[in-house]
Amino acid sequence: MVKTLSALCLLLVGVAAQAETPQRIGETYTAEAAARQAGFTPSAKRGETLFRQRFANNDRMPACTSCHTDSPLNPGQHVVTGKAIRPLAVATNGQRFGDPAKVEKWFGRNCREVIARDCTPAEKADFVAYRSEAR
Amino acid sequence: MKRIAITLLLGAALPALADRVPLPANAPAAYQAECGACHMAYQPALLPANDWRRTIAALNDHFGTDATVDGPAGQEIARFLERNAGNAGKLGSAGEPPRISQTARFVRKHRDIPAKYWKDPRIKSAANCEACHRGAADGNYGEHDILIRELRR
Repeated sequence: MVKTLSALCLLLVGVAAQAETPQRIGETYTAEAAARQAGFTPSAKRGETLFRQRFANNDRMPACTSCHTDSPLNPGQHVVTGKAIRPLAVATNGQRFGDPAKVEKWFGRNCREVIARDCTPAEKADFVAYRSEAR
Repeated sequence: MKRIAITLLLGAALPALADRVPLPANAPAAYQAECGACHMAYQPALLPANDWRRTIAALNDHFGTDATVDGPAGQEIARFLERNAGNAGKLGSAGEPPRISQTARFVRKHRDIPAKYWKDPRIKSAANCEACHRGAADGNYGEHDILIRELRR
């Protein structure tokens, strides 16, 4: 009985880990940000500002828009390799923000590549809000 | 008569075979997820083992990008590429740093492509195989199946 129960629990945890939603991922970043800054609430508007901001770090990709285009709803194209990139917005790409490890990995790589530093939990929460709300 | 037909068939099939470079079925999922996110998951046979080794060893500066793959996934990808690498004698030197598009074979196969096409926004880069080769991801680089009409044979 105990064995069956624990197997069931493991199964449930497994299912939960695979079926993360943009909302849940946003909440995790929001909680992290709130721990650093009391009363933090995510803002899609700030997320959009970050998305469009040009940085002086990388000539080939000065902004997120370099590869992801000006509209979150559109497919993008890698500015160097030309590879097609599926849209970032949840509205046009249901697979976005569904896997926390993947989201973390790409924030890590892209923030360092474009901004030359890691993004803060607050920036990530704002960004997820922006991409979830974009219509 | 039958023999002639077989010879003709073989003659037609051989060039096509040479342009078929399928991705081995045992490709680790990490290869597609890590390498195939920014560019096509190139078939390992497109580069000799020694050039894959040098590419993997320098992933922290991979054509200007930090493409480091840590841990078991990195080792798994390295093993896969080296084990299924291409024939150095047939591919020729890939330059420094090694590039598939610099191998003698690639250069020879693409020597008739006018320079303006490489800069075409639809193509953008020699790294973008799929812009012209519709079946590139499946390892089909036949010159009849080219997406850009002007370049089709």
